[in-house]
Amino acid sequence: MRLLRGWMRRAAGLLPNARREQELADELNAHLAMHIDDNLRRGMSVEDARRDAVLTLGGIEPTKQLYRERRTVPFLENLMQDVRFAVRQLRKNPGFTATAVFMLALGMSASVAIFVFVDAALIKPLPYRDPARLIVVYETAQPCLQCPLSYLDFLDWKKLNTGFQSMDAFRYANITVSVPEGAESAESFRVTSGFFRTLGVAPLLGRDFYDGEDSLAAPHTVMLSYSAWKQRYGGKPDVLGKTVTLDGDPRIIIGVLAPEFHFASTAAEFWTPFYPGGGCNSRRNCRAAYVIGRLKDGVSIETALANVKLIAGQLEKQYPDSNRGYGAMLLTLSKSMVGDIRPVLFLLLAGAGLLLLIASVNVASLMLVRSESRKREIAVRSALGASRARIAAQFAAEGLVLAAAGTALGLAMASWATHILASLIPAEKMIWMPFLKGIGLNVRVLGFSGAIALVASVLFSLTPSLHFSLSKTGGGIAEGTRGSSGRTWRRLGSKLVVVELSTAVVLLVGAGLLGKSLYALLHVELGLRPDHVVTIEMAAPQSYAASNEKAIALEGRIINRMKNLPGVKSVAISDLLPGLYWSGDVWVVVAGKPAPHVHNSVGERTASSGYFTTLGAKLARGRYFTEAEDVSKPPIAIVNESFAKKYFPGEDPIGKQVAYERTGPQVPMQIVGVVEDVRERQLDLPSYPVLYVPFVDYVGTYFYILARTSGDATPLLAALPSAIHQIDPNIATKDAAILTGLINDSQSAYMHRSSAWLAGGFAALALLLSVVGLYGVVAYSVSQRTREIGIRMALGAQRGSVYGLILKEAGWLTAAGIGIGLACSVGAAMSMRGLLFGVRSWDLETLAGVALVLGISAFFASYIPARRAASVNPVDTLHTE
Amino acid sequence: MSDKADVLQGTLALMVLKTLEAMGSLHGYGIARRIEQTSGDLLSLNYGTLYPALLKLEQEGAISSEWGVSENNRKAKFYKLTRAGRKLLEKETRNWEQTAAILARFLAV
Repeated sequence: MRLLRGWMRRAAGLLPNARREQELADELNAHLAMHIDDNLRRGMSVEDARRDAVLTLGGIEPTKQLYRERRTVPFLENLMQDVRFAVRQLRKNPGFTATAVFMLALGMSASVAIFVFVDAALIKPLPYRDPARLIVVYETAQPCLQCPLSYLDFLDWKKLNTGFQSMDAFRYANITVSVPEGAESAESFRVTSGFFRTLGVAPLLGRDFYDGEDSLAAPHTVMLSYSAWKQRYGGKPDVLGKTVTLDGDPRIIIGVLAPEFHFASTAAEFWTPFYPGGGCNSRRNCRAAYVIGRLKDGVSIETALANVKLIAGQLEKQYPDSNRGYGAMLLTLSKSMVGDIRPVLFLLLAGAGLLLLIASVNVASLMLVRSESRKREIAVRSALGASRARIAAQFAAEGLVLAAAGTALGLAMASWATHILASLIPAEKMIWMPFLKGIGLNVRVLGFSGAIALVASVLFSLTPSLHFSLSKTGGGIAEGTRGSSGRTWRRLGSKLVVVELSTAVVLLVGAGLLGKSLYALLHVELGLRPDHVVTIEMAAPQSYAASNEKAIALEGRIINRMKNLPGVKSVAISDLLPGLYWSGDVWVVVAGKPAPHVHNSVGERTASSGYFTTLGAKLARGRYFTEAEDVSKPPIAIVNESFAKKYFPGEDPIGKQVAYERTGPQVPMQIVGVVEDVRERQLDLPSYPVLYVPFVDYVGTYFYILARTSGDATPLLAALPSAIHQIDPNIATKDAAILTGLINDSQSAYMHRSSAWLAGGFAALALLLSVVGLYGVVAYSVSQRTREIGIRMALGAQRGSVYGLILKEAGWLTAAGIGIGLACSVGAAMSMRGLLFGVRSWDLETLAGVALVLGISAFFASYIPARRAASVNPVDTLHTE
Repeated sequence: MSDKADVLQGTLALMVLKTLEAMGSLHGYGIARRIEQTSGDLLSLNYGTLYPALLKLEQEGAISSEWGVSENNRKAKFYKLTRAGRKLLEKETRNWEQTAAILARFLAV
């Protein structure tokens, strides 16, 4: 305690304090005066009295110094002195300081900004109780690897499993809300009654669902998200007990969720019970229930998996029609939520890290140049008695100051960049990344920045002293005046440049490959012409689903109404849009072929008569659906070429029959046409067999309208919704859009685009920094060799050979950098294979392009100093000798 | 001069504390003189070394200081023991006596 107090006082003594210094002087003066008085009294002469007093004291200045050392911590005191000195030195050199600080800040801000996203997606715990124990449960089969469960399977798994405390189902649903103006489309989740307890979240207001509230007999209830409560009910607490009509069904509001709660989508406003029954829930092959479970204490995910696999196996035997080939799969909730952006984030973090490496190396080599040019100063100082450690400490202080300034600026830039990046994510994408809610600087991000700052400080503090200890200070005074080249520096500095150049190559190749992937993706053969196609998503009230006739009549009215809009050439209705989503797969059997060993899984689309003409697809054989299709006629279907190739190799599929795989009597559909492949799934998935069935067979109330226009499609964006509302104001619609835009902004295109742009940005900065680094090395080398070049020229060397001398040196560095970089980038590209589309990781074009770009830039960076070298006037150089 | 003993490491603080206990409030010069006198002029004390020792004791809270006026009207800084200082003195005295006793036994062998 006593010692601690002493140390604290000493630390406080670090602060410069003129008063304390004055007090010490006063005290010593008083001491001397009293001693002199005594001495005089003893009969000494005035002079002797003073001399004796000072001698006995041990000298005034030494005493003061002794006292000061006790007053503060000498090491820290020195450090503070060094830091103050470093700041002065750096201020005197604003060009160097600004460049170094800015470069470091640039590298740092890129890394930190990306880390903010990595943290939000992968590190920050989800806002549930003990989120690591939450598991998403899937059924898995080819090609649906992460399939939701059928409702009946869910009930069996829930009952039979031994690994989970609780298991609940949830399902996304687009619903209509009755508002005074009519109907509005809104997003909702259906959840089984224990869902919120499984997550371990409590509502802000009211209660969550009690057990059994998800049975049809219970009163129909709903919970609101925080934002729905705020926006629809003004955040008033009396909302509990009120009624809201969803899909025509009045429901009592029983609770409001907390503001920090999020799950899967931030846009979901209504949380309703997941009721059994209904078409899909009573069929074991209709897989639409996502299932989340909380592991029992002490049960590992492996144990739980083994258990559910057993259950899946039992169900396979019990219900082969619906469950054959379906196994089980478990993923932690966080993995399942973050999904496919995980590799993209790692890729970007790696890219930002490489940029930081280049920036740091650049700063380090700048510091080397600086210490080289300060050789003379160092030599003078050590001649005056400064110890090696003291000089090294001085440089270290400079490194510390630079790193600190760079970190501060870097953090500011990172916080800005984070906001920019977040605002670049379109709102409809942001909805599905709820974990990005409220991102920004936090403890983990500051820790990460702190770690970078620490490494940077160590690097920058040690580099100059490394050089300093390599060279002999003794010769410094002489060398400084003569200006012979600093050989140590040139060797070390050029190695650093090679590191920079090769890192830049890796980044450029990565960005090049991603850019090429994006291009390939956006130019993939769609099999359709999406420009001039306007689409709108709509949901008709449930009353239309009551009978086939009503639904068909509605479809007919919509199509007729749309056709008469100005500029519309053709209109179609479909259950999904092409190029965007994974379509629902179905199993089919082909008449006349043996039953498949595994299921024949094909995509299914419901299309009205104008579907193919509106999309601009091409008919290969047979015919399209016509308006004359009718449920009373025998069922027909159209297949695509992939389907034809796979199931009718070498045959004409027209007139052949396919049927949905099911137990009991099969209903064969006759194939009437073959269309060329249309990309029905997302762009980065290859074409696959698709079965098209006429829209008249579909009795859903939720579908898409597609309209092809002859001229500009923009006016139709506003005309479509109003035309639909004229038919029935209770039909809910979502924003109309042009198909080209939807496809270009689709999830897969967006992923590729954002990673390509960000990686491209990093690569451009890397190119700039590394070329500047090369320029620095060559320019410095030229400035050091001015004398040598002057003498060579005085002895008859031609300007051409001087160019050659410098360019050869730069050329070797560039060649080494590019060579090493290309080798590394092939390796790096292999690891990002999964993110590439339509381009191989050793794409020669990209590799050659990068080598060329870097080679040309490097040539210009070294040409400028080479020209300066060649214009050296030998007479001037010899004069200065 | 040469037969005077140097101040043993670590004993200066004890001497200062003891002096202040005996004298109450005293300035640096006074403490130095008093130590010399008490030792019967057998100690060679570099007065300058006293000040860091005083500072150390003050930092540790064993003594406190304030400005006052000396017997012959000079402004000087006066030191006195604090309560913590008295405790420290007791403890250090015990320690020293023990050390001295142990050493004495060795020397008596």
